[in-house]
Amino acid sequence: MSRIDVRKTYKLYIGGQFPRSESGRSYVVNDAKGRLIANAAQASRKDARDAVVAARAAFGGWSGKTAYNRAQVVYRIAEVLEGRREQLEAELRAAEGISAAKARTYVDAAIDRLVWYAGWADKITQVVGNANPVAGPFFNLSTPEPSGVIAVVAPRGALLGLVSVVAPLIVTGNTVVVIASQDNPLTAITLGEVMATSDLPGGVVNVLTGSQAEIAPWLASHMDVNGLDLTGVEDAEVARELEVAAADNLKRVRRPAPDTDWLLEPGLDRMTRFMETKTVWHPIGV
Amino acid sequence: MTPTSSSTASTASSAGVFDDIVRSESSLRRFLHGLPGVDQVGCEARAAGLATRSIKTTSKAFAIDLAIRMVDLTTLEGQDTHGKVRALASKAMRPDPADPSCPATAAVCVYPDMVATAKQTLGESGVNVAAVATAFPSGRAAMDIKLADTRDAVEAGADEIDMVIDRGAFLSGRYLDVYEEIVQVKEACGDAHLKVIFETGELQTYDNVRRASWLAMMAGGHFIKTSTGKVQPAATLPVTLIMLEAVRDFRDQTGQMVGVKPAGGIKTTKDAIKYLVMVNEIAGPDWLDPDWFRFGASTLLNDLLMQRTKMTTGRYSGPDYFTLD
Amino acid sequence: MSNIFEYAPAPESRAVVDIKPSYGLFINGEFVDGHGTSFKTVNPATEEVLAEVAEANDADVDEAVKAARRAYTRVWSRMSGAERAKYLYRIARIIQERGRELAVLESIDNGKPIKESRDVDIPVVAAHFFYYAGWADKLEHSGYGSTPLGVAGQVIPWNFPLLMLAWKIAPALACGNTVVLKPAETTPLTALLFAEICQQADLPPGVVNIVTGAGDTGRAIVSHPDVDKVAFTGSTEVGKAIARAVAGTEKKVTLELGGKAANIVFDDAPLDQAIEGIVNGIFFNQGHVCCAGSRLLVQESVADEVMERLKRRMATLRVGDPLDKNTDVGAINSAEQLAKIRELSDIGEAEGAERWSTPCELPTNGYWFAPTVFTGVSQAHRIAREEIFGPVLSVLTFRTPSEAVEKANNTPFGLSAGVWTDKGSRILSMANRLRAGVVWANTFNKFDPTSPFGGYKESGYGREGGRHGLEAYLKGADS
Repeated sequence: MSRIDVRKTYKLYIGGQFPRSESGRSYVVNDAKGRLIANAAQASRKDARDAVVAARAAFGGWSGKTAYNRAQVVYRIAEVLEGRREQLEAELRAAEGISAAKARTYVDAAIDRLVWYAGWADKITQVVGNANPVAGPFFNLSTPEPSGVIAVVAPRGALLGLVSVVAPLIVTGNTVVVIASQDNPLTAITLGEVMATSDLPGGVVNVLTGSQAEIAPWLASHMDVNGLDLTGVEDAEVARELEVAAADNLKRVRRPAPDTDWLLEPGLDRMTRFMETKTVWHPIGV
Repeated sequence: MTPTSSSTASTASSAGVFDDIVRSESSLRRFLHGLPGVDQVGCEARAAGLATRSIKTTSKAFAIDLAIRMVDLTTLEGQDTHGKVRALASKAMRPDPADPSCPATAAVCVYPDMVATAKQTLGESGVNVAAVATAFPSGRAAMDIKLADTRDAVEAGADEIDMVIDRGAFLSGRYLDVYEEIVQVKEACGDAHLKVIFETGELQTYDNVRRASWLAMMAGGHFIKTSTGKVQPAATLPVTLIMLEAVRDFRDQTGQMVGVKPAGGIKTTKDAIKYLVMVNEIAGPDWLDPDWFRFGASTLLNDLLMQRTKMTTGRYSGPDYFTLD
Repeated sequence: MSNIFEYAPAPESRAVVDIKPSYGLFINGEFVDGHGTSFKTVNPATEEVLAEVAEANDADVDEAVKAARRAYTRVWSRMSGAERAKYLYRIARIIQERGRELAVLESIDNGKPIKESRDVDIPVVAAHFFYYAGWADKLEHSGYGSTPLGVAGQVIPWNFPLLMLAWKIAPALACGNTVVLKPAETTPLTALLFAEICQQADLPPGVVNIVTGAGDTGRAIVSHPDVDKVAFTGSTEVGKAIARAVAGTEKKVTLELGGKAANIVFDDAPLDQAIEGIVNGIFFNQGHVCCAGSRLLVQESVADEVMERLKRRMATLRVGDPLDKNTDVGAINSAEQLAKIRELSDIGEAEGAERWSTPCELPTNGYWFAPTVFTGVSQAHRIAREEIFGPVLSVLTFRTPSEAVEKANNTPFGLSAGVWTDKGSRILSMANRLRAGVVWANTFNKFDPTSPFGGYKESGYGREGGRHGLEAYLKGADS
């Protein structure tokens, strides 16, 4: 008689903890063939609110770390992911119904993407900052800083897509509330487990699973969220409404790009879109 | 303190108020280094901003006459002779022989050996004799020689003594030595007024100018003066701005007024008016008086006279119409 | 107190400007009639009507956008960067040559002192065109690619009319875009003179189009479907409306909006320069400055001394005729703005703050407000939170650097901040912790074409000036 497996419970990832939704709700997640994989927590607006509070609380510490330190933490995520690649490949195959080779490609790419972005932590300032030669006796320097708390609607690519939108945000010092792909939420929570064991401070990344349509408007209108990444939004009218809501406190908005080929090497744009340029002046004198 | 500290009590300005500060080298240093810093760029921008004031018509006429009355007409050359000094003194009394309404200058400024000659020419005209003393311009001599230099000038009839501070002592942080020297020279001055020259071109920073200003005011100087005229840069607008702020703040704190004298490099009416605007807006109109503000200058006077003539006649004048003394 | 040294009036001559009785719209290189209801622009120092100005209605805006699109497609986007640069250099030179005329006209229409329009606005305008002219043939080195966006719709405010025009038009043209620009309804004249300068420079028709009007004209530009890029400087309220209007489109947007900057003075500050910085921070341009240092945060240990010095300094400010070369503070730009300043100041008093204004005589005609400071202000007061956009300073105190940072950042705005201290490491720490796009340390209100300007949070997004300013007008390195 075969052993009964211990099934995994998938919960939310908020403030470094793995709570169930405060609403007590869950929803069924099936594999590509329509068989039950697990019940996922169905986050509510209050979970979203808690996630923003956690992200805001983490922002000062995370953005205040040295870039070198953030690079190491993000690199550590890649290391831990490498160690759990079999689990992730299996999850991807089950959830998305893809081949073993394809699953391996995505996991490879996700790990490599983390490594790529990790290296940017202490270089982006040099590449997009400037010393400005003003016409007067002043030292003048422009440097990029993270915008703050960024809400993200993740694209479908359960692992690579998610890593590709989250990594550029955290490596630059932002903290994130991400709504995982509604259909493929489980890998996102596993990724949360990877992060939780990778020296990433609690609250830097917060993962919500559930209905994008239900949660996203609360994040879009939240006055303590500084940016809104709509990459995963597939309905143009929904995207427009979210962008309208984001205007209440002038969030920086990244418009939808659900069809992005995540295997292509990204540019700087996913980092710089949610960075602010600060320019400091000081007189030069004796 | 050295035994000469008894002289401190006799100087009006420092009586009591600053005793704690000048008690020791370290307390004096703490005080001077505790003065608010000066940001060079901001200070120079402020001076440049005031220099854009546009002074026209009646206010210009007023400013020109005031500036003439504030001139310490100066000759401080190795080649000075009694004849040269007599001519200069005559000019100080009647700068524009063609126009009796033209005011006299405040003083003539000469070396100590020329004081008697100047005094003789000026008599009771009201134009003072100022003498540079204390081993002007370098100040590099023994203390007794500096004091003797001062007494000589006063005995010869000088109404005002322009002393130089020991910049070496100041720059090496021996503030108390500088203080004591001013106190002693002031004592040697008797009734003559004391102007304290910093040689700001050698002090280099505005922070130093501010500290020197306070040092001299606490020691009882009647005037603080920028320069000897022998070192570049001499007087500048920003340096004078710092000194005007110092006398303003000193009055706020003690109720006593100290005069300011920029010297060297002020050659045109336009320059002089910029200084007067600065006096007006930084220290305030109380300082718009020869008792409280002077220009140490030689060629400035002729330009003031030419502009004055332009104001009264409506046509531009030329150097041939003014004396070269 | 009467002063023995009163400065006689030193008026700049008005003869250098030639204001026409009426102005049309500048579309496709020509002045044409508008089809809206024309409006009057007045001299805010005298309430004299200066000119009748056309209002562009939707159809006029459409004509302007079409002209801009034609010029973009047929001429400007095809021209080499080196050739575009030469047009911009020409414009810069003409601005220098006609600098006095532009300065006088700006002061007449806006109310700002001639010494500011002459020594700040116009020279910086010319410098801005020079700076971006040089970028036109070097865009591949910018980091943002070299592909222009197309037609830019630009709406600018009344506080720095020509300077804001330069901030918008110079980078747009350098990057190969064409523009439709709307100046503010109270200050259209220098923009219309700029249109003449474009003609003098033989700029191809349609590359720059100037349409005058108020909010409706602005809305027509922003929402026009053939506009690829919207750039706006003005109120946060309108900025939000624009962000909503462009939602769901492909339009690229930059917004430069309101502020409530903290100017933080520590007890070890270079005090005399700090006083100048405070004065310059809030009374420059009558306080009609989005990055004005409108909240003075002063360390408690020096608060009394700072206030004493500040009041003494404020008393020397010369308020009056903008064309007098000795005027420090000119006229409030409009009756509407004056009413707003009065209202918020009255609220400040009603909320218990102590009001002090300089003892200056104000002219009887025109719109005037004496330089004013409120003490005893707390973070909860409306005058500490809302942008007054006038010569009104709110003074708060703090005890520690952390308290200063908390108070400074405790606002939805984040445009600028000032720090005054002689301690170098503290400056850098404060600069790091202040959430603002521009931090002036031991200085304030400095602007330069090479220096990026723009806000955090509700002060808007995007940067103007410097290499960063190109990003708003290019598709980006990744496209």
